[in-house]
Amino acid sequence: MSAKKVKLESPAQEDKATSVLREIMAGDPVRIALSVLLGFFIGAIFMVVFNEDVVSSWSEFGADPNYALSTVWWTVQDGYGALFTGSVFNLQADTFFEGIRPLTETLRFAAPLIMAGLGVALTFRVGLFNIGATGQIMMGLAGATFVSTRVHLPMIIHMMVAVLAAVLCAMVWGIIVGILKSRTGAHEVIVTIMLNYVATSFFTYLLREPNLLLEANGGGTPKSDNPDDTAKLGALLGPEFNLHFGLIFAVISVFAYWWLMERSTFGFRFKMVGHNASAARAAGIKVENTFVWALAISAAFAGLAAANQGLSVDGGLTPSIEAGIGFDAITVALLGGSRAGGVVMAGLLFGAFKAGSATMQVAGVSPEVLGVVKALIVLFIAAPPIIRAFYRLPKPSIKVIESAQKAKAAKVVK
Amino acid sequence: MSKIEVTPGMFSKLESKPTLKTPITLLLSALVVIAFFGFLGKPGDVSFVWSDKREAIQLPAFTVNSMLFCTVVGVVLLLIAAFSIYRSVHAKKTPVWLIAIFGFGVMMALLGWLATGAVQGVQMIFILSNTLVLAIPLILGGMAGVMSERVGVVNIAIEGQLLTGAFVSAVVGTMTGNLYVGMVAAMVAAGVLSMVLASLAIKYLVEQIIIGVLLNVLVIGITNFLHSAWLDNDSSHLNYPGTFDKIALPLLSDIPVLGQVLFNNRITVYLMFIIVPVLWFILFRTKLGLRARAVGEHPLAADTVGINVAKTRFWWVTLGGMVAGLGGAALTIGNVGSFGREMSAGQGFIALAVVILGRWQPIYVTLAALLFGFTIILRVWANQVSPGIPVDFITMVPYLVTLVAVAGFAGKVRPPAASGQPYIKG
Repeated sequence: MSAKKVKLESPAQEDKATSVLREIMAGDPVRIALSVLLGFFIGAIFMVVFNEDVVSSWSEFGADPNYALSTVWWTVQDGYGALFTGSVFNLQADTFFEGIRPLTETLRFAAPLIMAGLGVALTFRVGLFNIGATGQIMMGLAGATFVSTRVHLPMIIHMMVAVLAAVLCAMVWGIIVGILKSRTGAHEVIVTIMLNYVATSFFTYLLREPNLLLEANGGGTPKSDNPDDTAKLGALLGPEFNLHFGLIFAVISVFAYWWLMERSTFGFRFKMVGHNASAARAAGIKVENTFVWALAISAAFAGLAAANQGLSVDGGLTPSIEAGIGFDAITVALLGGSRAGGVVMAGLLFGAFKAGSATMQVAGVSPEVLGVVKALIVLFIAAPPIIRAFYRLPKPSIKVIESAQKAKAAKVVK
Repeated sequence: MSKIEVTPGMFSKLESKPTLKTPITLLLSALVVIAFFGFLGKPGDVSFVWSDKREAIQLPAFTVNSMLFCTVVGVVLLLIAAFSIYRSVHAKKTPVWLIAIFGFGVMMALLGWLATGAVQGVQMIFILSNTLVLAIPLILGGMAGVMSERVGVVNIAIEGQLLTGAFVSAVVGTMTGNLYVGMVAAMVAAGVLSMVLASLAIKYLVEQIIIGVLLNVLVIGITNFLHSAWLDNDSSHLNYPGTFDKIALPLLSDIPVLGQVLFNNRITVYLMFIIVPVLWFILFRTKLGLRARAVGEHPLAADTVGINVAKTRFWWVTLGGMVAGLGGAALTIGNVGSFGREMSAGQGFIALAVVILGRWQPIYVTLAALLFGFTIILRVWANQVSPGIPVDFITMVPYLVTLVAVAGFAGKVRPPAASGQPYIKG
């Protein structure tokens, strides 16, 4: 290793992860924009290289170079154009209302990603790498499904109770991680991976059992009844749009998260533990208890995402309703720099990807390319050296980093 | 994160004094076997079928009353637990081979209980050989985990390495028509992926866990895209490699039961037989391994005596990735015969668990991986012999076992001290 290695932290520092998380959080908007740009650019290369029209036109490049180049252009335009049409605004629509329908779809897909993403982000701020959102969502789904299909209550109250059940079930799962982490020192990454599998199996088991959650007259496939109408999240913009009240929960979550992390003493403790657990301990903060609290609150956000999924379906739930949200939440939190605003933006971007997938499929472009774009963007943001090398950005000097850290530390002390 | 508390006396003998946790865990498991499978078990007979019809030497099937069998097994397990308590009282550890025998006993009782009254009985060859084949990706993925964590780099990207290996071996194997070329290509591709992990983690000090998770996401994204945009268009020319032929080793494969299970397999299995002991030998019996472990335990000390920490880490992680790539090849050309979307299906994460369960020691890791392989086949088999069994609970067992292990109920598990810590040369 070169001697002039940038020294990001003192070796004695206890929380190695947070230095990177901190750098991501401090990530300047320019670098994020460049990362997004580069991600889309490489995605376009993938689209072009594996497009049959392009490949056949390029094999006769000499005969008609213009045509070969234009196929490249059209492929990219078709792909990203379909993404735009599917996720932002449909230019072919007759009315403005129909035109913005894709945007409402983006919001609908973004809501659970934002909620679960906030949960993961919260644990990042405490210096924990929690990848247990999947399991927490599964448990939340179990709670929500039980209340929405097996308990019968009047309008609104039913929905509230179902949401509460989802949140509480998810919190139980989060607290288990917290207790295992703080009492036994088990690594939260391993614990959450294991609990994800346990929760998925457990939820599947519940859905298989006729006495528990299996649909009436159900067979061998694990599937629940349709949730009661009284428990469902109502439509937000009338019946023409799929957008439902889950979005309101997401908005409330964002404000709650912002207040918790930026304004409350609770959040202050979280951040302090995340910055330097030893210092926090020396300052009299019960670090172990903070871990449990952080994981419990983080799981509550995941529980809201679960309620969003479980109470908005038509025609019964299967375990696939989780739709990879728990895993996407990690990337959303990373991309969003674990801040409320960032998570909203990242959630919207990923929601747009989900909303645009269908139209891309119709346009004949594999929407899977978005998975590549997504991964690349977050990779570039999480690994600044790559993006710096690509755009030949200057390395931040040691002094800049040190002074930034000092400024941060000063802020924390205040 | 990945905080290692250095406590006084951490490295001394006193600190590793055995506790009663292991014996108590064994005792409880033995009691569960006696109570649930024995006394409260299913009345009726169960037969253990030890031979395939094709075999030269036929062993007779072993038929026995299920409750009696499980009770007898339970009593043996109880004796092992008692021995373990005796050892602990005298401040000695329970040997791992004994725990392995214990696990085998529990497995036999479970199989007997499940197959009570089933016509086909317990087909031991089917179960054991499938356990082995299904465990290969986990074992090789686990070796990748051992190799990188022993030098102090946390490797969450095993999932991505397996998937890369699976994809590349299938595609290259089909395109070249030579599965061996496919296998080597898989190892190279997964090795390159590991180089990305290694250089970002070692040179650029990016948080290892984050980079691992993101590489997984990236590989899943790329393989999903290539699968739908490329392979699906012409799968007979791109994704139709078939599998290696089974090689029956002369003489060895004629041994009853073991011969069929161990010595009539594909090359991926035989390579595993070589890699695991060799890795164990290198790690614990050679200078090379001592240096690697020193880098993982105390990089500063290793650096002080002149070991190149960054280089050691880089090459061990890369070689580990190649082994995981072979594990990925075992998924496609070693078992299924074509690449499927996200076919590693979380096995890389299970490999992570296996590494911890096996305490970063190749042989133990292999045993732990076999446990997971067994539950995969058990899920399939239990449904056939005894429909209505809550298979989801069987699926949960290895994850719960891992949780118990990491939580330290069955003895403290200590990772390499510098695992996950970047080393900055001062």
